[in-house]
Formats: sequence, structure tokens, C-alpha cells
Amino acid sequence: MWQILKQIRRGGLPAEPAPQPDAEAAEVARIQDDLRAILGRALTIRAVDAGSCNGCELELNALSNPYYNIEGLGIKFTASPRHADLLLVTGPVTRNMESALKAAYEATPDPKLVVAIGQCACDGGVFGESYASCGKVANVIPVDVLVPGCPPTPIEILRGILTAVAK
Amino acid sequence: MERFRIEAQPLPGAVPAWTAEVDGGAWLRVARAVREEGARLAALWAAPGCASVAYAVAEGLLWLRMPVEEGYPSLDEFFPAAERMERAAFELSGVRALGTHDRRPWLNHGNWPRDYVPLGAAPTPPRTAPETEYPFVQVTGEGVHEIAVGPIHAGIIEPGHFRFSVVGEKVLRLEERLGYVHKGIERLFAGRALADGARLAARVSGDTTAAYAWAYAMAAESVTGCQPPTRALWLRALLLERERIANHLGDLGALGNDAGLAIGLAQFMRLKEDWVRLHARLFGHRYLMDKIVPGGVAVDLDDAGRAALLDQCAALEQEVGALRTIYEEHAGLQDRFIGAGRVTPQLAAQLGLCGLAGRASGQAWDARCDQASTPYDVLDIGMVTHRNGDVAARVTVRFEEIAESLRLLRQICAHLPPGPVAALLPAAGAGRGLGWIEGWRGPVLVALETGADGTIVRCHCHDPSWQNWPVLQHAIMGNIVPDFPLINKSFNLSYAGHDL
Repeated sequence: MWQILKQIRRGGLPAEPAPQPDAEAAEVARIQDDLRAILGRALTIRAVDAGSCNGCELELNALSNPYYNIEGLGIKFTASPRHADLLLVTGPVTRNMESALKAAYEATPDPKLVVAIGQCACDGGVFGESYASCGKVANVIPVDVLVPGCPPTPIEILRGILTAVAK
Repeated sequence: MERFRIEAQPLPGAVPAWTAEVDGGAWLRVARAVREEGARLAALWAAPGCASVAYAVAEGLLWLRMPVEEGYPSLDEFFPAAERMERAAFELSGVRALGTHDRRPWLNHGNWPRDYVPLGAAPTPPRTAPETEYPFVQVTGEGVHEIAVGPIHAGIIEPGHFRFSVVGEKVLRLEERLGYVHKGIERLFAGRALADGARLAARVSGDTTAAYAWAYAMAAESVTGCQPPTRALWLRALLLERERIANHLGDLGALGNDAGLAIGLAQFMRLKEDWVRLHARLFGHRYLMDKIVPGGVAVDLDDAGRAALLDQCAALEQEVGALRTIYEEHAGLQDRFIGAGRVTPQLAAQLGLCGLAGRASGQAWDARCDQASTPYDVLDIGMVTHRNGDVAARVTVRFEEIAESLRLLRQICAHLPPGPVAALLPAAGAGRGLGWIEGWRGPVLVALETGADGTIVRCHCHDPSWQNWPVLQHAIMGNIVPDFPLINKSFNLSYAGHDL
């Protein structure tokens, strides 16, 4: 226990704004304030990988690290679409994931938002449409906001979430 | 290669490799010999009219090609992991393994016609109605019931389906169903210029992008006879070891979290974020995508960058050391880790468990040591192995591999040769090439065939997860359901790299 407490003390509180505010840190702080104001501490997200290469998932996971501290903003990833306000969808939608994605969308209560994360989700990316891929997410379910990038950075994803809820 | 009694031609390139065209008799004879001498199946794939298998043997890689009309002899009696590869190869190329028992579809979930051959010349077929039921193996008996999980999983993870047969909390059997993220990558490679394929190869599995990019580049350089500058090869190793550490950090955090130690996740995620931020600053991408290209690398390192890397290595070593002490002294954590998801060295050898998970079960194979290419041939790498084969062993291997990779990074920074970082990739003719790189999860293989005009005829990317997914089914047997996430995470296998 002593070691854990020591480690916590050593690690400090990395939640941004960072000690030396650069442009990105200022951006994080601004987005965090905006999100707090809009959400009043409540947004629940269901992430759905509909065919991604797993690159976007790395950045979705990074949102929960102490720097971006997404849970500190009241944004929570949930295991069930039935508890979700917003779907974050990654990847081109594979034909093998099409029905699962539609089922997740149907199970999400109205009003619901969909944010397409990453180049593939926005326009099919390098995979496009084929015998195995339906291409972009909008080909399968309605999409509110696009966040391009391969993968988009956590800041860009936060900005996309903010754009969706501010609509 | 004389002992196999085949006419094998050496393939040019960075790793020792041979290729041979064989008939059914030699196909089986070599498989039996490879099995008997304890060497490994690296990959099995096919194209219309031709089956291919690659073995990792003592001298290097051996790629056998067998012209096929009806089918080729199944290899699953020698290498159990071949079974799913054969099912996938049939669905992609129409070439069937003969003498195998399992003919259930693997990648095609009914969403395109069963007779459509993706690697053939036919145009894209229309969508068909998805299958309603996959015939999972049924377990019967008093009190046995099934738990179906997926394809969409609870966390932020790739999709796949797990079917557990359980009694109470105890898992009797797990059967995996994968293929959900099959995107048709192998068809997409066909007809591309060699340089174009690199972008696709870098996106086979996003967490292993440096390893795939290097393996692809190695294969392309093997086809064209290109010799990348030495500095480029050293920088590739730097990127590969950085990728290994990034993933090990993430896994160690997640493993702590899955066993109830949330501070482990927070601390390791902080370290990983610092690590990838330096990637962004020095190399322009948090996960190093598209930085290794055929002919060399698309980045360079100046003295300031080198100093930043060395500083970070020193800081990380101290932090990881402190966290390792916490993990090792935490009774609750060790209670969950020790004995969970055990794969004995005997079982691991029998099933062909490879990579990190293999080394935690006494399978002392590491492409960086066994088929060392520049700069690993001079870096004198210490392979990390353990014999317990449980979650605790896979955690320990990760900690020790971080330490070893940090040592390699320091060596690379100290001895980075001067010179250019890329060579021009010469135009290709018809040819074949192999790439073979030890990614963080295990060995990644890229087998490349080009046509007379230099474009890609066939490119097969093989992830070590093909070998390791079936072993996970054994690792969970007899454990309780709540330990599955922990055991699964300790393997952390790729869905995208497997489904392609």
C-alpha cells in the first residue's frame, strides 16, 4: 500500500491543463470546459468497432488516460447501447458487422447521436467498398459528425464529441 | 535444406529464406519432417490454383508452393493451427484442404455468395442474407449451459464472438468465431504497385503497424533486390522496439485493471501517453504509421531527438521498475495472475503457441534472435522466456521485454550509423519475396508475389494470432468465467490482423 501511495504521489495529477500550457493543452482545457457546460456531467458512449484495424481503438482508449481524463468530464463508456446517448463507430463497416451495428443503433434510445471516428468510418479509407466491406458508416446508419484522421488524435475525437452534443 | 529432399531456391532478402515448388508427396513429407524436428508452421495460405505454406526452420524460412487443381493435403494432423488457415484459404481462393474434418465457413458469415472466390477475377458480388446459425460444438450434460458473447464486446475492443459452455462458473469449453472484421485486404493488394501496398500493409493491424510495415518492406525489397541503407534498418528497429514498449505498457495497465487494480491502468496509460506523444513530436505520428516504407524509412533522428529518446528511456525505466514492484508485492493481484489461464510448455509446443505468449510457455522462439536481420544480428538480444505459462508469466515476460527493449533502444541510439535513410525501390519484375519480423505480439510474415509488370499478384499478411487464438480456447478450460477477460487480455490477440 505504501508503495502505491508513493507511486501516486510521484505520478502527481497529470490531468491537463499541463504545467506548461502549450496550444494543445489550452485546447484540451477549453474543450473540457465546453463539455462540462453542455453536458452537466452526463454523456454515455457506446463504442462500436465495425471493422477497424484497431488503430482508432488505441485513441479511444487513450481518452480514458489521466491526461484527457474523459471520465472526469462525466463522459462514460458503457457496455450496453441501451444505456448510451452516443455511438462512436470506427472502421469501414464490414458486411460481417453490418447487422450487429444496425442492432446496436436500434438498441440505442432516442434521441441518439452517432460520431464516425477515423478515415475509414468517414469515407471507407484504404479499404473502401468491396465484397467484404460496406465502406463508410453513413452507408449503414445515420451519422451526425465525422472525425477523419488515421487515427484521429484524442483531441480531435473530443472535439467531434463536443460538436455532436452542441448540435 | 537437403534433409527435406526438395529443390529449394534461395530467396534474396534480409532474412535467410528458400522457396520450392512441390507435389503432394513432398508437401506432406516436409510437413512431417518439420514437425518431427520441432520446427514451426509460420503460415498457410492459397491463391486460385496454388497452395502455399511457410515454415520457420533452423536455417531460416522455407516457403513451399504446390500447384493445385482439386485440393491439397491438409496439414492439421501435423500442425493443429493449420485448420483455420485452411478454412480461410478455401474461402478466399477456392482451393480446398483434403482430409480435414472441419468444413464450416470461417470468414464468410453468409454475407457474400458461398461460391464467390475473392481472389479470383469475378466482380464484386451482391450482398446475400447472413447465416442464421453457426454450428458451434455443443457440450451436453447436467447443468451445462452456454454463454454467448459478442460480436460487439463490452469494452473498447475489436469484435468477435465467444461461445462458452459452462457449469456454474466453470468454463468447460470455449469456441471462438472470428472473421467479423474481414475487410477483404488480400483482394485489395492485387494489382497494386509495390509502393502502394505499403499503406495497406501498415493498416492490417493498427497496434502492430511498424512490424507489418517492416515485414512488407522487407518482402518488397526481397522482390526487387533493393538494399535499404544501414541507417534505415537501425531506425526501423528503433521504431519496432518503441512499438513493442507502447503495447506492453498498455497491456500491463489493462491487466492490472482487469484484476481490480485500477491504479495500474491509470499509471501505465500515463506512461504510454508520454511515450506516444514523443512519437508524434519526433516522427509525426503517435503510432508510427507509414514511417517504415519500402526502401527505407520516412523519418530521421537528429541529436536533439536522440537525447529526448534517451531521457525518456531513463525516465520510463525508473517508473516501470516502481510499478513492477507494486505489481509483484500486491497479494490480491498476484492471486488473480498466478495459475490463471495456464498453457503448459508441452501443450504450447503441440499447438504451436508463438510470440510473447509462446515465450511465457517455454517456447524459446523470437525472430529477432532466430532469423536475425540487421541490426538485430549485432545487438545481441536477450530472449525473455518463462515456463509457467499462466497470466503471471505473460505479465513477467512483458515487464522483462520492456527492460530488454529499453536496452536495445539505448544501443541503437549509441551506435546509429550515419548516412541516408532511404534507397530508391527499383522497378520490379515477376518475383517472390518474404518478410519476417518479430512484432510485439509475435512473428509477422508477409509473402509477396509480383507479376511481369511489377504489380502485386498476391500478398499474404500473416498475424501470429492465427496460431494463438486456438490456444486461448485451451487456456480458459477449467477456469471461471470472470477470469476470462484477464486471461484473454494476457494474450491480447489481434482480430483485425487475423480476419484481414
